[in-house]
Amino acid sequence: MTIEPASKAPSPPPLLEMRGITKRFPGVVACEDISLDLRAGEIHALLGENGAGKTTLMNVLYGLATPNEGEILLDGQPIEIESPHDAIDRGISMVHQHFMLIPVLSVADNILLGDEPMRRAGLLDRARAAEAIRELGSSFGWEIDPDRPVGQLSVGWQQRIEILKAIYRNAKILVLDEPTAVLTPQETREIFDVLRRLKAEGYAIIFISHKLYEVLEIADRITVIRRGRVVGSRRPGETNEDELAEMMVGREVQLTVPRGESHPAEPMLEVRDLAVRDDRGREVVHGMSFEVRAGEIFGIAGVGGNGQDELVGAITGLRHPHAGTVSLAGQDVTGAEPRRLHRLGVGFVPGDRQRFGLVMSFPIADNLVLNDYYHPPYSRGMALNQDAVRVDAEAAIEKYDVRTPSAAAVAETLSGGNQQKVIVAREFEGDLKLLVLDQPTRGLDVGSIEFIHRQAIARRDTGVAILLVSAELDEVLELSDRIAVMYRGRIVEVLDGRTADKEDVGLLMATGGRGSGIQEQVVEVGS
Amino acid sequence: MEALYDVPVIGLLIQFVVYIVDQFPLVAPIILTAAVPIVLGALCGFMNERTGVVNIGIEGMMLVAAFAAWWAASLAAQAIPIRSGPLGITPALLIGLAAGIGAACLTSLLHAWLSISLRADQIISGTIINLFAFGITGYLNILVSQRAPPSGGQFGQLSLPGAITDLPVVGILIKSFITVGPIALAMLISVIVLQYLLYRSRWGLRTRAVGEHPRAAETVGVDPIRLRYRNVILGGIFAGLAGAYLTIEFGDAFQSGMTNGRGFIALAALIFGRWTPVGSFLGALLFTASVGLERSIRIAPPPGDLGEILTAIPGQFYGALPYLITIIVLAGVVGRSIPPAADGRPYERESKAA
Amino acid sequence: MIERLRAVALVPAVSVLLALLVGAVIMILTSPMVTGAFSLTLPLEAYAAMLSGAFGSLNAVVNTLVNATPLVLAGLAVGIGFKGGLFNIGAQGQFLIGALTGIAVALALNDAPPVVAIPAALIGGMIGGAIYGFIPGALKAFTGAHEVVVTIMLNFVALSIISWAISGPLIGENVTFARTNDIEAAALPILIGRNGHLGILLAAVAVPIASWVLYRSTTGFEIRTTGANPEAARYAGMRPRGVIVLTMSLCGLFAGLAGITEVMGEVGFMTASYSTGVGFDAIAVALLGRAHPVGILFAALLFGAMQAGAGAMQIQAGLPVQMIDVLQAVILLFITADIIVRRLFRIRAAAGEIVELASVSRSYGGDRVA
Repeated sequence: MTIEPASKAPSPPPLLEMRGITKRFPGVVACEDISLDLRAGEIHALLGENGAGKTTLMNVLYGLATPNEGEILLDGQPIEIESPHDAIDRGISMVHQHFMLIPVLSVADNILLGDEPMRRAGLLDRARAAEAIRELGSSFGWEIDPDRPVGQLSVGWQQRIEILKAIYRNAKILVLDEPTAVLTPQETREIFDVLRRLKAEGYAIIFISHKLYEVLEIADRITVIRRGRVVGSRRPGETNEDELAEMMVGREVQLTVPRGESHPAEPMLEVRDLAVRDDRGREVVHGMSFEVRAGEIFGIAGVGGNGQDELVGAITGLRHPHAGTVSLAGQDVTGAEPRRLHRLGVGFVPGDRQRFGLVMSFPIADNLVLNDYYHPPYSRGMALNQDAVRVDAEAAIEKYDVRTPSAAAVAETLSGGNQQKVIVAREFEGDLKLLVLDQPTRGLDVGSIEFIHRQAIARRDTGVAILLVSAELDEVLELSDRIAVMYRGRIVEVLDGRTADKEDVGLLMATGGRGSGIQEQVVEVGS
Repeated sequence: MEALYDVPVIGLLIQFVVYIVDQFPLVAPIILTAAVPIVLGALCGFMNERTGVVNIGIEGMMLVAAFAAWWAASLAAQAIPIRSGPLGITPALLIGLAAGIGAACLTSLLHAWLSISLRADQIISGTIINLFAFGITGYLNILVSQRAPPSGGQFGQLSLPGAITDLPVVGILIKSFITVGPIALAMLISVIVLQYLLYRSRWGLRTRAVGEHPRAAETVGVDPIRLRYRNVILGGIFAGLAGAYLTIEFGDAFQSGMTNGRGFIALAALIFGRWTPVGSFLGALLFTASVGLERSIRIAPPPGDLGEILTAIPGQFYGALPYLITIIVLAGVVGRSIPPAADGRPYERESKAA
Repeated sequence: MIERLRAVALVPAVSVLLALLVGAVIMILTSPMVTGAFSLTLPLEAYAAMLSGAFGSLNAVVNTLVNATPLVLAGLAVGIGFKGGLFNIGAQGQFLIGALTGIAVALALNDAPPVVAIPAALIGGMIGGAIYGFIPGALKAFTGAHEVVVTIMLNFVALSIISWAISGPLIGENVTFARTNDIEAAALPILIGRNGHLGILLAAVAVPIASWVLYRSTTGFEIRTTGANPEAARYAGMRPRGVIVLTMSLCGLFAGLAGITEVMGEVGFMTASYSTGVGFDAIAVALLGRAHPVGILFAALLFGAMQAGAGAMQIQAGLPVQMIDVLQAVILLFITADIIVRRLFRIRAAAGEIVELASVSRSYGGDRVA
């Protein structure tokens, strides 16, 4: 809780002020009349759902978007920011949600890009660069190897490099967009320590997030944005998570969907000693064994990059495991093709819906029959039956509440939540034995998240076995009847979903149960 | 050694190797001169692709440059009849060279505009350039040739005293690589300079960054659009040199479609060389080696069994060899040769978005 | 219906008109070399000659159709590829190889009854073309080698193969230069005019067949899905690799048919240096027709007309026929830069209009097929 010191002196103008910012895109108003101010030595959180307009607002600040109305003032003076170059010149640095790092370039190259120390004739001064970076790192107590390719670093370390990038440019204002999205609870705590330190040194920090609890913990002030407008500002001491949630969503929100009791029956999916290699030929899943029973949700928690993608690939037929077995209802399906798995009653919702789950340029109706087009009623022999496709599509759109003018509308015209509903409509139907859900609610708004969680629980209650893989720890904790923590290609522990503690799970995710919190500097991903 | 020749398969292989080594001094100059336009084409491709623009229109750019250089040199030679100079450089030829480079750069500008500003499909853009180049040079060639214009001349070769070129091993290399014309020399210098700059200069770092992750570059203040435009247009210089080489150094006349696929072989050389200048150079040599081989076998086939086999293979096979090698290289190497990550993907600037 | 037609056809139509305008400018600029002096009316003469050569008489119209025939078939060869996410620049080589294998069959059956020889030769051409399409398809599917460069290389290799085959095994008797015998039994009957051969019907029939395959069959669904998103196709249980091989072979089949039809219907024999620009024109046709069979039909008719008229243009206006190539390229330029056309004429894209051409620009490889 922050207590404002009583003060008689007039306070200086805020370091940064955004007044009346409005930003329109064709068909949508991303930001409407947003005003915000920021002082040196404070952490100001911007809280809102996915799609509320927070990132657009920060893009305006960083010169990546031009506002239609409104102005920006720095130290009381109005300024124009036309490009990231301008923003950087004025001391504004941004750490983006999706890291803006170039994997094949070294740490040094990434940090210095755009502001390179030079020798004559346009040649780089590598020695001076390495020196500067080492110094910068050690001022935080970090040991940095400037020549290491950034792609080889762990996610937590990549984020530190991003922060160093910002600091290197003599920023006064730091904007962090969803910095904890990919971190474990331990890494989150470490980053918070770094932020508090920066705050004490006088930096002004804008912290964008949709995670209520974190925002309450770290921020000095919280501004809630909903659908492009400011809903209100609070200090953490004056509010609580329910009020913030309601401000974020505009109605009373059930933060968790009731999971109810599960009634698990016989094992439906059995994985034994599974070993899978990644695209580079390295083994990233080592001898994993587990089972998922009918009528239960089995959640796998883990930091991204610990073999989850490859595990899911092996179970859904997209990768061949090089050792071990996968069985469905007692039948060996190791290395089976996706089509065979579909026929045997496996549905999967892929992690990247636009890349793997949908053909964006196809109509919704075609997307709905991607799995089944080749047999009656949708086709006879080689000939497609367009009428059957359309009729069933209309029924599915109705049943799953997909907001669209017609079944012929192209998938690209749907919002993220509705796109995911189309995939759910396709995969959740039929005579299912197993559902594999990979990051099923990534990037979705609260309403869609709620919908999908309810659908999953409903399906579980009809006796389907559900395997949930998610980097969103809260989601795993909320939905799973049993939780397995995956670390470096192995299951380190299986916990009961009713009693699992978030801190414990987070610790297991970060360390694999081996004790102390800090990971080594360089973690070969997947090794 | 000759006794070994009778060992069945291995004997033939050994004979083949000996033959190649034997022929090398005669063939090396041919291999290098044939490689010049390919390397230059690959350098054009390099400039484009390293920043993330796919360019299959190199062939067309070379063709327009070849025609422009020839025609301009011819016209200039009629106006300025100086016929000799150091290295064979005459004002007319310089004008021709400038015209060739200019034509290629203009064509590059078109490609840049289509690919970068309009964000059109880059392969289609390249194809259009090829079709257009073919058509316009064919059209103009017929019109111009009606008057049988005189040749504008040809660049000569750097000559070094016999004492140097007669040195044992080194001599052959010097003869092949240094006693060449100005454009060929420019090619050699460019390969070395560009390789160095790619990893050691600010330009090289920014180019690589934009080719891998343009958004990341934009967020630190590097403008991917401007960088790509500049690199694509500069790349035109090399395509221009390649085309001009064909009509004012290697030869001195223009024929419709004379580039004959070199622009595409250049691309294969680039891929083979992992998108580096030196690698492309080596790749080009690999392809033109087959040209040298064909010449050797035709003029001085090896004796004995090997000779019979080699001359029995129809001549058309050797003609097809560079293309076949290209295919094999692509099939075998490309999987392991990773292009710049953003290659081929049009970039949409976020800043100043409407 | 009119709205739909307008949305789809307006930009191509306007592009053609603009291209003719640009062509006119080029003609005026180069008119001193053509006629000896600047001539502002040269374009008018040229286009008038072209029109008369293309439509001015029954023979002219037949000529247009005859020229359009290989363009339709080869255009389909490229267009089907586009739908499958592949840029088939190799239609040229597939055309040539199809002509070669077809003529080999035709010559072998020179004494057989036509009712046997004709279908046999056509099938021979289709198989040859399909094989020559299979090769780059398989390479792409299993090694990731980009079909653009591979097929361009194969185009050159095809020239070598033809040169060898016709100077060697297929060389005719009593010939003074390297060429085959004349086709006798398998020559396509003339149906109309001086040279309107059966191939015209084949091309006409090919359009609805291709349309059905692409849009009403399960195979076409697989081709289009793989073209639009091979990873989603894989997830859905399709086999993108197999589909790619099938698609390229199908393309080759159409191009091979184009080749043998041309030889059987128009020329009657092949020379060792036989060459034609059909394969490249087909690319322009497919792009202009937006890769849709009906669009390809119209585009092919347009280009066929231009080619039929080119000869008249050369004779009457003195303009080299290569101007046609220039016009074609400029048409394509405007199609690609359609944003210019739209801005100039304030043509707004219909809501939800999606460009049908799947983007073919993935890079050269390392892109492993899902």
